[in-house]
Amino acid sequence: MYSSRKIYLPIVAIVLAGGSLAGAAEPGSFGYGRVATPAQIAGWDIDVRGEDGAGLPPGKGTVDRGADVYAEQCAACHGTFGEGEGRFPKLVGGVGSLRDERPEPTVGSYWPFAPTLWDYINRAMPMPAPHTLSADDVYALTAYILNLNDLVPQEFVADRNSLPKVKMRNRDNFIWTDPRPDTMAKPCMNDCVNAADVSISSTAEGRNLTPRTTGPLDTMQPK
Amino acid sequence: MRPPGEENVRHNPLRSKAILSDLAGPDAPLGRRSFLTLGAALTGSLAIGGKPALADPAQGSPPADAPWSQSIGAGVVDRPYGRPADTEASVIRRNVPWLTASMESSVSFSPLQDLHGIITPNGLFFERHHAGRPDVDPAQHKLMIHGLVERPLLLTMKDILRFPSISRIHFIECPANGGMNWRAAQMNSLQFSHGMVSCAEWTGVRLSTLLEEVGVKKEAKWAMVEGADGAHMNRSLPLDKCLDDCLVVYAQNGEALRPEQGYPLRLVVPGWEGNVNIKWLRRIKLGDKPWHSREETSKYTDLMPDGTSRGFTWLIDAKSVITFPCPEKPLDGPGLYEIRGLAWTGNGKVKRVDVSMDGGINWQTARLHEPVLSKALTRFSLPWRWDGRPALVASRVIDETGYVQPTIVELRKQRGSNSVYHNNSIQTWQVKPDGSVFNVQLA
Repeated sequence: MYSSRKIYLPIVAIVLAGGSLAGAAEPGSFGYGRVATPAQIAGWDIDVRGEDGAGLPPGKGTVDRGADVYAEQCAACHGTFGEGEGRFPKLVGGVGSLRDERPEPTVGSYWPFAPTLWDYINRAMPMPAPHTLSADDVYALTAYILNLNDLVPQEFVADRNSLPKVKMRNRDNFIWTDPRPDTMAKPCMNDCVNAADVSISSTAEGRNLTPRTTGPLDTMQPK
Repeated sequence: MRPPGEENVRHNPLRSKAILSDLAGPDAPLGRRSFLTLGAALTGSLAIGGKPALADPAQGSPPADAPWSQSIGAGVVDRPYGRPADTEASVIRRNVPWLTASMESSVSFSPLQDLHGIITPNGLFFERHHAGRPDVDPAQHKLMIHGLVERPLLLTMKDILRFPSISRIHFIECPANGGMNWRAAQMNSLQFSHGMVSCAEWTGVRLSTLLEEVGVKKEAKWAMVEGADGAHMNRSLPLDKCLDDCLVVYAQNGEALRPEQGYPLRLVVPGWEGNVNIKWLRRIKLGDKPWHSREETSKYTDLMPDGTSRGFTWLIDAKSVITFPCPEKPLDGPGLYEIRGLAWTGNGKVKRVDVSMDGGINWQTARLHEPVLSKALTRFSLPWRWDGRPALVASRVIDETGYVQPTIVELRKQRGSNSVYHNNSIQTWQVKPDGSVFNVQLA
């Protein structure tokens, strides 16, 4: 039989070793992995900053060229003029609608920064074949969509210098610090409201919005 | 013809043969002969009465022996991974077909009405993809950490698994959970009104460990985190949060991440909106300013009634919901029940949950079930003797900062009804005399 003392000693040693590792602060002290080379970084370093366009690559694109690329790559989902097909997002319109009962947030009415549009097309579009467009074509699409929204003229040429200068309509209407908590409810326990004041303002009963089955594997039954 | 009554009281043909002890004995290995005998016996057993085994509810009731008690079950590794009982087939994630343009950029909801405790089984964890679920090869997957660092790194999964590991239980909630109820009660369902929250034990490496390994330059204030999916989904995070409690995880409830949860590697940002918990994590870049990506400008910003928008609203405020009763789980006549529910907060621990049965006139404090963990789902319960009269049941959580879950009326007063995200209001269920339950909002 081992004595309990013999068992405990190695555990203490492990804890001490772990403690010294966790306290490591010098870069590379574990030494795992490889230092990323400039070529490796360049391959993945695709991000573009919205506010100043930092990261936009060389290249350029016109509104006219953008119209051609758009018709081929985008119109099927987003509509010929950016009006959106089905529930795919509208890209155009909604200006002045943000205080309405049914606001329409689009590139023209809502997006605060034009370089974000370049970044998003480049990183995610077209949805079935992302990362297949050239930088020039992404510039051209950006120019075309900005032009559809009357944010740039027909002769606009999008490039790394011109895009950050496009003034977006909603740019100054974002608050980038979270004001919450913005409710100050108190946890009342008894007689918190008059019984006569308790009333139902809306019910999901009978609205017929709740899915009852979502596929052949789903045995969920209507109530 | 069998004598009346004999259908219900079955005699086990195997019992008299002591077949189990024979099989276990050293002289009677499980040979072909034993299988043939067993097979014949089972066939005979199932054929009695000429009905399916489960057609008669009395079959499993005393004094009868249930069919599954009269036979030998399936052997080990019959299901090498394992799966739920066949009769649990309706406990699945579901989507709302009319909600999104395509199934690839969509969401599925966890069946909270069928779950117990605080851990979401891996197959039932809610899903949200922006470009579908990629099937990533872990042998090729890499994490790049670069930008304002001393020593940019490219790490393989093997490298990441060597770093000191840590496990933490945390919820993840999509900030649009409950978004369909901003304007009015719409979904008559717990699953569809609250199912975009799930909770798991995550195992991985602290993000702070990785950032110490690359060496953070002092100008760095923000991190851009990016996925390997087709959308290269990306968000900005303040460096302070990254160094505080973020985890780069490869495991979920004891096994490798599920593909739909970011296999082989995801970020967990405890207590913050689901969208920043980047799945299929491939890149972390440090910078001095935020990026204002599409997902933090066009989406995941909260539109206020005056036309302004709030951005960088990452925190998940305290929220709770009663999971029984609920529209999917009505009451079965008057009597004693246990009201059950879940509470959570991105601000730390749940401190208290109160429950009302009368639409918020009076409240009683529920029992919190251990463990009560920071930024994890917390289970609560309260006994309730239902007299069969109409009731309006609701729960209200108070977190350790003293924040009290608001009503939808209080939230709308501040934010209107167009903000889509961060609806953490009190959920009221209307119980009707027949026991049925409906999603309602109170004036």
